[in-house]
Amino acid sequence: MSLLELKDVSMAYGGKVFALQDINMTVEKGEWLAIMGPSGSGKTTLMNIIGCMDKATSGTVVLDGIDLTDVDHQQLTTLRRDKIGMVFQQFHLIPYLTAVENIMVAQYYHSLPDKQEALAALDRVGLKDRAGHLPSQLSGGEQQRVCIARALINYPVLILADEPTGNLDEANEKLVMNIFHELHDEGHTILTVTHAPEVGREAQRAVIIEHGRIAGSEAKAE
Amino acid sequence: MFWQMVKGAVVRQSRRLLLVALTVALGVSLATAMLNVMFDVGDKVNQELKAYGANIVVTPKNASVLKDVYGLDDTGAHKEYLNESDLGKIKTIFWTNNIVAFAPQLSASINLQNGQTVNLDGTWFDRQMLLPTGEYFSTGEKYLKSWWQVDGDWAADDGSNGVMVGKKLANDLKVNKGDTISYKKPDGQADTLRVSGIVSGGGSEENAILAPLALVQKITGLTDKIDQVEVSAVTTPENELARKAAANPKSLTMKEYEIWYCTSYVSSIAYQIEEVIPDSVAHPVRQIAESEGKILDKTQMLMLLITGLSLLSSVLGVSNLVSANIMERSRELGLLKALGASNLAIVLLILTEIFLAGLAGGICGYFIGLGFAQIIGNTVFNSSIAVNIVVMPIVAGLMSLVILLGSLPAIRMILSLRPAIVLHGR
Repeated sequence: MSLLELKDVSMAYGGKVFALQDINMTVEKGEWLAIMGPSGSGKTTLMNIIGCMDKATSGTVVLDGIDLTDVDHQQLTTLRRDKIGMVFQQFHLIPYLTAVENIMVAQYYHSLPDKQEALAALDRVGLKDRAGHLPSQLSGGEQQRVCIARALINYPVLILADEPTGNLDEANEKLVMNIFHELHDEGHTILTVTHAPEVGREAQRAVIIEHGRIAGSEAKAE
Repeated sequence: MFWQMVKGAVVRQSRRLLLVALTVALGVSLATAMLNVMFDVGDKVNQELKAYGANIVVTPKNASVLKDVYGLDDTGAHKEYLNESDLGKIKTIFWTNNIVAFAPQLSASINLQNGQTVNLDGTWFDRQMLLPTGEYFSTGEKYLKSWWQVDGDWAADDGSNGVMVGKKLANDLKVNKGDTISYKKPDGQADTLRVSGIVSGGGSEENAILAPLALVQKITGLTDKIDQVEVSAVTTPENELARKAAANPKSLTMKEYEIWYCTSYVSSIAYQIEEVIPDSVAHPVRQIAESEGKILDKTQMLMLLITGLSLLSSVLGVSNLVSANIMERSRELGLLKALGASNLAIVLLILTEIFLAGLAGGICGYFIGLGFAQIIGNTVFNSSIAVNIVVMPIVAGLMSLVILLGSLPAIRMILSLRPAIVLHGR
């Protein structure tokens, strides 16, 4: 069974304006999929639906065997907490908490905060020595690595990354992509949303969305 | 982690939370001041109203009421008197501390050398009484009739300083302070009274000679006798229970009786005076008692209104500040939701921050309010306001209510906050 399965998924605002229309796709366990497309194509809407932050107006979304169309907002919150690790383009770190505390917040709302485990997650992205720094004291690349560590801390079944290198320079982009490669090699399932072809090409497979519809897909040559 | 987040948020938003604290402090300070004044205003207003004079008149039980009520003379009828020696007992009743002053009266008529008959009223002017407790109590007309204007000196209770003459009578007799008035004693012998001062107060004293009680008792031969006693007492405004008791104390249940007896209603104080002065009837002077109640009710209503309005303005202030805070932090709160925080957890986090700010403001506001209360007391009543400990829990409750009500719009915003919208749009 696929880890994620979307069947005839549509998202219409006011019943008329379709952000997504008849999306059918699957993501297998351990797969790295890129959703690509120009701005306004519906990538973020698709990511919000897959990330349990929004509900499709029609169609079915099954994540890890759970049909997301049948759950309420409270259950969506629980699923988001238990199944998804999110990486944002704008990092979204809490400005008054240190790097390690930002990771512990995710633990706190999931189960119990464990500083040692949070430090280990920071170590994994090469930032153990920056654990006590506030986001304002970290570079963009470092903030994104903290964001990745936070996404990993609760052992999610799916890592969702929205334009993960959108705000990074080339060197930091390389660093972040290396981390994704490591995670993929370890068996994590990753879904990146990007408009940048060079980022999309890093994934095993890319689904191209245009005007809310799947316009095509391409697999990476091994 | 929760407290780390609260601490971080409080430190980071110290300026905005300071405004919340200031808003709460303002509301709480006004509420504290008004409530303390309100609880103490009863005594203060009562003290002010003491300027109106006695609110209880004690007369002999079987005395004819015709003279008191209709101004008719009771000549020929057997006249009853109270004993001067019983007056000390007034300061032994349950509400002894509420007895501000009292003065006995013994009225007589004397014939002057020119054949004119005038009223001669014996009373206490400034009497030092030794109470059974060993304390001294100063009482007399000087304390009871604070509005009297005396041109000259007050008469002395020991008779060493002559008598005072009412202004109107003094004009009729063409006497001034320092003059003497010649009169005939009941036995026909002539004697004189030295005028120490001319008194004016707008009452019956304007047409009388006011002499020390002992002198009038000596002239009339009524040793230790008095006609009536005027008593000024600090009282609690009357309510239904007091009115029921005033009509007939025996109609009260045991519990009602205890409440009434242990409350300083004018009727219960009058009742207790009757208990200690043998064969006496104590009449509350209704005009004074009712005025006290009405003025007090209106003053307290005004205080409550100001308290309510100040708290309402605090609610609106807190509401604006907290709503702005939530809008400013919408991404942060959206992130917490994206990480799996429930609405309840986020509401709890925000309320804790606001409550801590409100608590700090509330504590400051409480003490500032105590200061305001003293300013009001000294400005309006020329005396300090007693700090009522009951106000503290009331203010704490009101403060919590202000914070909760002020946070309601923000809570609504939190509940409707969608992470998909605030984090990266749809």
